[in-house]
Amino acid sequence: MAIDKFTGENSIAFIKSEQLFDFARRNSLWYIAFGIACCAIEGLMSASGPRFDFDRMGVFFRNSPRQADVMIVAGTVNKKMAETVKRLYDQMPEPKWVVAMGACASTGGPFREYPNVVLGVDKIIPVDVYIPGCPPRPESVQYAFIELQKKIAKRTEERLAARNS
Amino acid sequence: MSDICEETLGVGLLCEGQHDPGTPPAGLRRAPSGVDGLTTEHLIINMGPQHPSTHGVLRMIVEVDGEEIVAAEVSVGYLHRGIEKLAEHRRYDAVGTLMDRGDYVSGMMGELAFALAAEQLMDVEVPRKAHWLRSLASELNRLASHLVWYGTFGLDTGAMGQFLYAMREREALLDILEALSGQRMMFNYIRPGGVVADMPLGVTEKIRAFLSTFDMYLDEYDQLLGGNEIFQGRVKGIGTIDRQMALAFGLTGANLRAAGVDFDIRKARPYAAYPELDFEVPLGSTGDAWDRYNVRMAEMRQSARMIAQLIDGMPEGEHTAKVPRIIRPNAGEVYASVESSRGETGIHLISDGTEHPYRMHYRGPSLYAAQALEEILPGHLIADVVMIIGSTDIMLGELDR
Repeated sequence: MAIDKFTGENSIAFIKSEQLFDFARRNSLWYIAFGIACCAIEGLMSASGPRFDFDRMGVFFRNSPRQADVMIVAGTVNKKMAETVKRLYDQMPEPKWVVAMGACASTGGPFREYPNVVLGVDKIIPVDVYIPGCPPRPESVQYAFIELQKKIAKRTEERLAARNS
Repeated sequence: MSDICEETLGVGLLCEGQHDPGTPPAGLRRAPSGVDGLTTEHLIINMGPQHPSTHGVLRMIVEVDGEEIVAAEVSVGYLHRGIEKLAEHRRYDAVGTLMDRGDYVSGMMGELAFALAAEQLMDVEVPRKAHWLRSLASELNRLASHLVWYGTFGLDTGAMGQFLYAMREREALLDILEALSGQRMMFNYIRPGGVVADMPLGVTEKIRAFLSTFDMYLDEYDQLLGGNEIFQGRVKGIGTIDRQMALAFGLTGANLRAAGVDFDIRKARPYAAYPELDFEVPLGSTGDAWDRYNVRMAEMRQSARMIAQLIDGMPEGEHTAKVPRIIRPNAGEVYASVESSRGETGIHLISDGTEHPYRMHYRGPSLYAAQALEEILPGHLIADVVMIIGSTDIMLGELDR
């Protein structure tokens, strides 16, 4: 990787292909533009707005699940919606990650007592990062993406270490 | 032949001699196939609930003949989370948290509607300053809400730049609202009896700094999107809701005023500080998407004008009346409504004298606009669907409640 004749003596780095893919994946986490409720305004719209500007982290929205790596579940999932969430998750290509944004997606939040509400999106799809808050600020979503990047790197390292041992 | 065909393919449509598309899904209206004399098969397109242009989780089942829409069905309920029912288990000062999450882009107006309803049962006298702070919060929030509409309406046409500008202005507004109430979106600021806190130091200056540039920017934004010939060509003449249809569907807000009906709750049934403010109600004439665009842009100018009056004339005094810690209003049944960003947001409240409401009905304007969509969409092209949905500015949180 990083073959650059002009940067000095360490111009060639040896890296495993898995690490290379991992590097690319980590830095271009495209999320599916799937806003369910209030959190969508903060986590998807303000996030792509000029102040928080997630594009600089390589985090950008895609309208189709087939082009997306990350699903931000932004809002309350009820029983009618759960089927759609599951289907969209299934349509996303591997590897894929899920961020449960806000109290509703994590546990049901303020609507927990209502029988129509799914008590956390982890009841239907696996979740990688949970963000507390109602709604979380865009900074929290940014932090969640940094944590997700760390998690992806850690997974790859663990897998490589397990193979070498 | 046809039997075998149906057996093997599972659909009667593809078989020779068969033109009956079969039984439609429950609740779906079907236009007769081949209305133009040609035997073209109609296609059913499902739009949503995951669609970037449905402004939430609206699902539309659209039946098309070529590119023309012949029938449209709106399927709602993907965000139903029982706000009305849960309000029966909340104390009166906590129902505002649910109202925020109903119409989540303009939470202040929902809180205000509930507070007005509860106050009718409570015999409290709301201080003058609380009225003014309520109006100030509402108008700031209306600007923030209309900016979201402006940004996403442009996105529906395929424009991107104006969205970034609208978001920039909105962040400035959210900073002000955060300084005022402590939160960016879910405020719970307006409560029965008044508002939760007085205006902190420095907010007036922030608002003045915002207003000093906002009018100029708004003209620029209007030119950016409304001055664009492509945008005008796409928006003019589509989605016409005339005066009669608007009244028949119970539309309120900018959707109604674009049809030329002069009805604004701020004028018709004044509340908070609106009787003391000087503002105009912008009206349209034909009621198409272009008129709705212009009415909303003009409303933003009026809101900015009102905010300037509100901070100049902010009275001294208490920000809230003396209310008990646990509110137990008198038994009774009341209705109060406010002009939210989308129209009449009303609360029908029944109290039995305990600390929880006995029953609360939340009348949101978006449901009525979504009903009108079914009527106005047939006859348009597929590409116009997102434009028409965008122009009605529906909010799924209050539609499904």
